Amino acid sequence: MKKDEVPQDESFLKEEHGKELCYAVDEEGNYTTALSSGWDVKTIALDNALKVIEERVADAKQRVLSGHTSPIEYYMEVCKMELPILASYVGMWQWRVKRHFKPSVFKRLSQRTLQKYAAVFDITVAQLQHIEH
Amino acid sequence: MKIDFKHRQSAHCENGVISNLMEYHGFQVSEPMVFGIGSGLLFCYIPFVKINYAPLITYRAMAGFIFKRFAKRVGITIKREKFKDPKRAKDRLDQNLAKDNPVGLQVGVYNLTYFPDEYRFHFNAHNLVVYGKDDDTYLISDPVMQHTTTLTAEELEKVRYAKGPFAPKGHMYYPVAFPKTLELEKAIKKGIRHTCREMLAPVPIVGAKGVKTVAKMIRKWPKKHGSKKTNHYLGQIVRMQEEIGTGGGGFRYIYAAFLQEASTVLNNPSLAELSQQMTEIGDQWRDFALDASRLYKNRSVESDGYTKVADQLEAIGDREAAFFAQLKKAI
Repeated sequence: MKKDEVPQDESFLKEEHGKELCYAVDEEGNYTTALSSGWDVKTIALDNALKVIEERVADAKQRVLSGHTSPIEYYMEVCKMELPILASYVGMWQWRVKRHFKPSVFKRLSQRTLQKYAAVFDITVAQLQHIEH
Repeated sequence: MKIDFKHRQSAHCENGVISNLMEYHGFQVSEPMVFGIGSGLLFCYIPFVKINYAPLITYRAMAGFIFKRFAKRVGITIKREKFKDPKRAKDRLDQNLAKDNPVGLQVGVYNLTYFPDEYRFHFNAHNLVVYGKDDDTYLISDPVMQHTTTLTAEELEKVRYAKGPFAPKGHMYYPVAFPKTLELEKAIKKGIRHTCREMLAPVPIVGAKGVKTVAKMIRKWPKKHGSKKTNHYLGQIVRMQEEIGTGGGGFRYIYAAFLQEASTVLNNPSLAELSQQMTEIGDQWRDFALDASRLYKNRSVESDGYTKVADQLEAIGDREAAFFAQLKKAI
């Protein structure tokens, strides 16, 4: 990549974040660094990944509302987590967390357990129990 | 309290932390030099580990390895500490700052408040330097950021105790002993040999062979998984290759910069020529990323689009195989 070819596209990097550093060659063929504000190719890829998460969140929400899963799964998706990550944050085995996805089990969870999840998701217990809050 | 620490932006966090800490201790080592000596360049495809619901593909050595190898090869000693108790982690950090010793920390990205939201994933192998403290606010030099920044004590604890794969567990590190002078020649050769060995490994998921395997998989994915999943997988490859921290072209440009610098240090003109070749390979990777992104942007279902990017990737694999064989001989 030549220095004047370093892309300067719009991206998620806003003014306050500054730019990112790339390596490129100058006119004499010597390596140097250059700042880039972003590259469309990357932004599209990231955007694509974020859309997949959005879809997963919407799907989880539907399943909570139709009584197929508990709000824990919904918030897990909102927080971009996967089961192993969530289990690690609440300090429980994965199968236990998975069991808490069952609406019937979720209903019987103790305040303490609910509080644990709420703290990880950075929400209140009330929000955890009613995802529309 | 503020340590007189010079923040220099780098492409990749780990190289940047090392390079900046070395500079603080009076040794000038550039980011590409750290990357090359630490054998940072790699290609690895691990289909059975999924990240964000796509197979893991990496363009660099595992987190922490670059620093470890670099330290060993140039002869510096690093002290590393992990703490079960966050309070002790904080105390040790404060003690070091009080002694005017800037330290490197491993942190999770998800709660790094100064990153754009869109970049905040559960990735736990990010690195930064703490170089001071102002009341309850820590002064942060995050090498991938253009400017220095800050985190409150609470925020810092959160990122130091992020959970999930590669959880940092408060990991803190800093160099404690240095050789009188840095002897780079030997270290460079060792670093290059190691990279050649890995890139030419006779394993189908590593190095140049790994690149070709992924090319083969791209041909299979549309039939096996449908275009939606294939696009998601391709997107993931491009992200790993170009996302902040690679310096462009999946670290190939940083490596080319290293070879150019190494050519001067070792007085070996063939390395300069190889550096040019590496730049071209980096360009090829970027072309691949560009074409792959067109595929999932237009959501085109025609399968010859996938064939085309697979062809590109296969060509890269062949070229890298030839390249590293040549590099091995040049050293």
